[in-house]
Amino acid sequence: MSSQDIPEENLPAEQGAAHGAAGHGGTAVVQRVDEDPFHDPGLPAHKPRIQDIDERAAKRSERTVALLFTLSMAATVAFIACFVVFPVDKLVYIWPFGRVSALNFSLGWTLGAALFFIGAGAVHWARTLMSDVEVADDRHPIAASPEVKAKVLADLAAGNEESGFGRRKLVRNTMFGALALVPLTGVVLLRDLGPLPERKLRETLWDKGKQLINMNTHEPLRPEDITVGSLVFAMPEGLKHDDHDFQIQIGKAALMIVRIQPEDIKDKRELEWSHDGIVAFSKICTHVGCPISLYEQQTHHVLCPCHQSTFDLSDGARVIFGPAGHPLPQLRIGVNAEGNLEALGDFDEPVGASFWERG
Amino acid sequence: MKKLSARRRHPLAAVVVLLLALAATGGLYAAFAPADKAQAEETSQSLAIEEGKQLYTVGCASCHGTGGEGTTDGPSLVGVGSAAVDCQVGTGRMPAQQPGAQVPKKKNIYSQAEIDQLAAYVASLGAGPITPTEEQYSPKGADVANGGDLFRTNCAQCHNFTGKGGALTEGKYAPTLVGVSPKHLYEAMQTGPQNMPSFPDGIMGEKEKQDVIAYIETMNDPKKAANPAGFTLGGLGPVTEGLFAWVFGLGALIAAAVWVAAHTAKAKKS
Amino acid sequence: MSTATDTKRAERNAPAGERVADWADGRLGIYTLAKANMRKIFPDHWSFMLGEICLYSFIIIILTGVYLTLFFTPSMNEIVYHGPYVPLQGVRMSEAFASTMEISFEVRGGLLIRQIHHWAALIFIAAMMVHMMRVFFTGAFRKPREVNWLFGFLLLVLGMFTGFTGYSLPDDLLSGTGVRFTQGAILSVPIVGTYISMFLFGGEFPGHDFVGRFYSIHILLLPGIMLALLVGHLILVVYHKHTQYAGPGRTEKNVVGMPLLPVYMAKAGGFFFLVFGIITVVAAIATLNPIWSIGPYRVDQVSTGAQPDWYMGFAEGLIRVMPGWEINAWGHTLALGVFIPLLIFPLVLGAIAVYPFIESWVTGDKREHHILDRPRNAPTRTGFGVAWLTAYFIMLIGGGNDIVATHFNLSINAITWFVRIFFFAGPVLAFIITKRICLGLQRRDREKVLHGRESGIIKRLPHGEFIEVHEPLSQGDLFTLTSHEQYEPIEVGPTVDENGVERKVSLVKKTQAKLSQGFYGEGNQIPKPTAEEYKEITSGHGHH
Repeated sequence: MSSQDIPEENLPAEQGAAHGAAGHGGTAVVQRVDEDPFHDPGLPAHKPRIQDIDERAAKRSERTVALLFTLSMAATVAFIACFVVFPVDKLVYIWPFGRVSALNFSLGWTLGAALFFIGAGAVHWARTLMSDVEVADDRHPIAASPEVKAKVLADLAAGNEESGFGRRKLVRNTMFGALALVPLTGVVLLRDLGPLPERKLRETLWDKGKQLINMNTHEPLRPEDITVGSLVFAMPEGLKHDDHDFQIQIGKAALMIVRIQPEDIKDKRELEWSHDGIVAFSKICTHVGCPISLYEQQTHHVLCPCHQSTFDLSDGARVIFGPAGHPLPQLRIGVNAEGNLEALGDFDEPVGASFWERG
Repeated sequence: MKKLSARRRHPLAAVVVLLLALAATGGLYAAFAPADKAQAEETSQSLAIEEGKQLYTVGCASCHGTGGEGTTDGPSLVGVGSAAVDCQVGTGRMPAQQPGAQVPKKKNIYSQAEIDQLAAYVASLGAGPITPTEEQYSPKGADVANGGDLFRTNCAQCHNFTGKGGALTEGKYAPTLVGVSPKHLYEAMQTGPQNMPSFPDGIMGEKEKQDVIAYIETMNDPKKAANPAGFTLGGLGPVTEGLFAWVFGLGALIAAAVWVAAHTAKAKKS
Repeated sequence: MSTATDTKRAERNAPAGERVADWADGRLGIYTLAKANMRKIFPDHWSFMLGEICLYSFIIIILTGVYLTLFFTPSMNEIVYHGPYVPLQGVRMSEAFASTMEISFEVRGGLLIRQIHHWAALIFIAAMMVHMMRVFFTGAFRKPREVNWLFGFLLLVLGMFTGFTGYSLPDDLLSGTGVRFTQGAILSVPIVGTYISMFLFGGEFPGHDFVGRFYSIHILLLPGIMLALLVGHLILVVYHKHTQYAGPGRTEKNVVGMPLLPVYMAKAGGFFFLVFGIITVVAAIATLNPIWSIGPYRVDQVSTGAQPDWYMGFAEGLIRVMPGWEINAWGHTLALGVFIPLLIFPLVLGAIAVYPFIESWVTGDKREHHILDRPRNAPTRTGFGVAWLTAYFIMLIGGGNDIVATHFNLSINAITWFVRIFFFAGPVLAFIITKRICLGLQRRDREKVLHGRESGIIKRLPHGEFIEVHEPLSQGDLFTLTSHEQYEPIEVGPTVDENGVERKVSLVKKTQAKLSQGFYGEGNQIPKPTAEEYKEITSGHGHH
């Protein structure tokens, strides 16, 4: 933004006569003392500290500084002693901290003291014994003088001339082209950081006939286990905790199951997809994928602890508050021949956070 | 018979008859006594229900209806079981002081005997979860680590990592679990008080519940819990940690900076 | 010839230290370097030490971080825990989590170092914020220091991300939830979101790669860049020389203070140990990120109170209070509920970063500034800064809305609505109020200069009137209170030139003039007393 045509008189330095110069010091100030009541009186005279005039006070300060350094040494020795003495698993009750690790507590305090007292000693020394006379140092403008600038520009021009950089455009442009292209190799190299998305975000382990396994007991869930007001989480039959991809699969397949009196279910499809009021929703929030499960059994609202998206499980898991953009996907369930709950297919939409290709 | 009648005047005959009579009486007593006891128990049970009903009429009926059928101010108590009563009244939540988003915990004004009577009455309205025995809820010998895993799956989402409580919608909240007795923890899981969902035995068995209780105790019981790294700052996570870093951490450092940069006292005041 | 032998003899007789220095000087030129810098002047003020807190906590983080790398295993291979911490025995966890448990419970002093590292990180970023605010409110960002302002800003942003990647390394349930959020946020990016997510996590979330990848970013890439920026930042501080507050003897052409050697060296060096000591004691007494009670990360587990470390709390707030807007069209989904906060986040941070350039454009001032402003004397700037802080703070409340709700018996929904409204209304109110306060303080300064300081002595005049005696200010105070600069607002000028021909005024120029009016126009600053006003009052009846 150019501001060259801002009238110079707008700048304070040029304003009026009185104290435009006050801020810029120099000899001008001295000349205007009479006319300017706000002139700069200059640096106040140095006032001595007690330590500057009383040798006994100075000696006291010296002893204090030495004491602080000695305390630091003692704390270092104590640190080593604590390290050796306390076993790593020893707990001690110390009011008001509670039952803390003896080692952590003692090492922290001793190391803290060893460091702090060095600092305190040095600062006390500086504050009481070193000279506290304030000194003024001159500043010099950061910008170079016109002569220096002219010299640099001339050097640049010479460089340009000698290399033919500006003249041989073909050389210059092909060089730019080469330099612009070469970083692409780095971008290409990043390709194997991971696979392409394909259908990974759309499919879960759920499939027709897969039983719902209780996350607590690892037994198949039966409809009679699930009472109105209860809450249980399930994973698909066949998934094991020590599977290599357990985390990935449970991150998509985790189910939240509640039972609602069929007459309280407002959404028609929800009722259809339920078994006798037992509804199974994805446990993965449609906002950014937290495991949502703060189920209020009286209101049938379920809240996400991460960002407070609230869904109404009695109304198709509709979003009633918060940043989530669409309802929790529902899994259609039924009962198999053994009387266990089973899935009647996969979710009919991707679970979890929205993404561009979700549609 | 002759022999018997011949000896009936034997000096010991009276003793024998006495013994027989005693045995018969004892036998008869033995035969009838259990029936009497059962009768007595039934009476005491119906007495408890009767007592409980009176307590109920005074303390609960205004919201839950005269027969526990529920009103607009309180849900029906038919089928909630004695465990629910023991939990809600035992923790002082019921009777509620005033309607609101949630009925808070407060000082319990009933004796355990009265709570049992109330529970008996409510249990008589319809079958429901029964108050657990100590054998059921005692966390002795339970698997703490499994309890932790179950806690993080089923409980932490509302009650926080170690049971310090958390917020729900519209002013409701999951209360802290610090200081809650194993019995009440068990009952709460069993019955789902207020907006808490229940975890009946088919979903989370007795053994699993004990594991969860063991975990809550290990993390929160002042005698068992350890905080090796010092103040837990409420165990609430980064919010209080950040506050501590700002107020005490940066606060102390700025105080130190002020000391470092301050002018040393001058010999004479200006 | 004789001089050469003299020098030689002098060299031989010189003390050992001097001879080492001579050796180094012959190769590194240290005497020339020391000549320019050894007695360099630094002004003494506590607010000038905020940057030192940042510097020292950064050094502490590097020292403790190197120690932690000796024990940490950046691997997501799953193992079953068999360590000494009973409540996790038999639980499946990643090696990253297990090794953090080992650092906390088996390595002697490991817990302390881990806590120092993390506490220092929280304090580092908090100190950077405060340091930045000091620079902002005193106008220390003005020419010639704009580039250094940007360096500092970049350090803050990089510090936040270094902190975030480090916080994610233990692979605990809390940090894992944060990483899950990050993945969800990446997914919301139109067109490329799913691809970035797959590449970052090596496939589907959580995969087995992110701890290792975050590890190299956390310990190498980001700290490396930060170290370079930090060195540049410090070189510029030395090169520009420090700014100073207005006062007698302090001008734009000098710098008043104590020399580096010895006072400043002792104070600054000592302050490093004070900072290190205090942070160590904090680590000894207060728990930070107790991963043992948080538990290892499982994608299907979560805890309430799921917040990131405080410096991401602002972003967390944006995410929490955003309404759930989502557009579905032509087979594509645009998750605005996530993507808009993702855009606002850099915008809000960027607003404070570009402010110096806006201000210098509005003033049109091309001179160097080394005397600091008192915040009251730049009401618009101060108002903007407080407005920015207000927005930031309101979002912090939004980020902690669940904790606020439980501890103040409020409804989460009510807090969320409060934050939604006051994210916009709060800064406006804060701006207006702050500006008023600044103008009031300017008036008070003016009053003090013209009429003196209230002495608290009540005098009764012969005719019975009571007055309070005002003492005139010292010359130093008079100078200090009147030495600040006041800009004249820029005028666009007449729209027709002297020949009656219409003059074209560009929109840019008009905007500049408008803003300038807003900054320095009538009512936006109180004219400071002039010498004439002062003389008129003091030459007359003395007081009134």
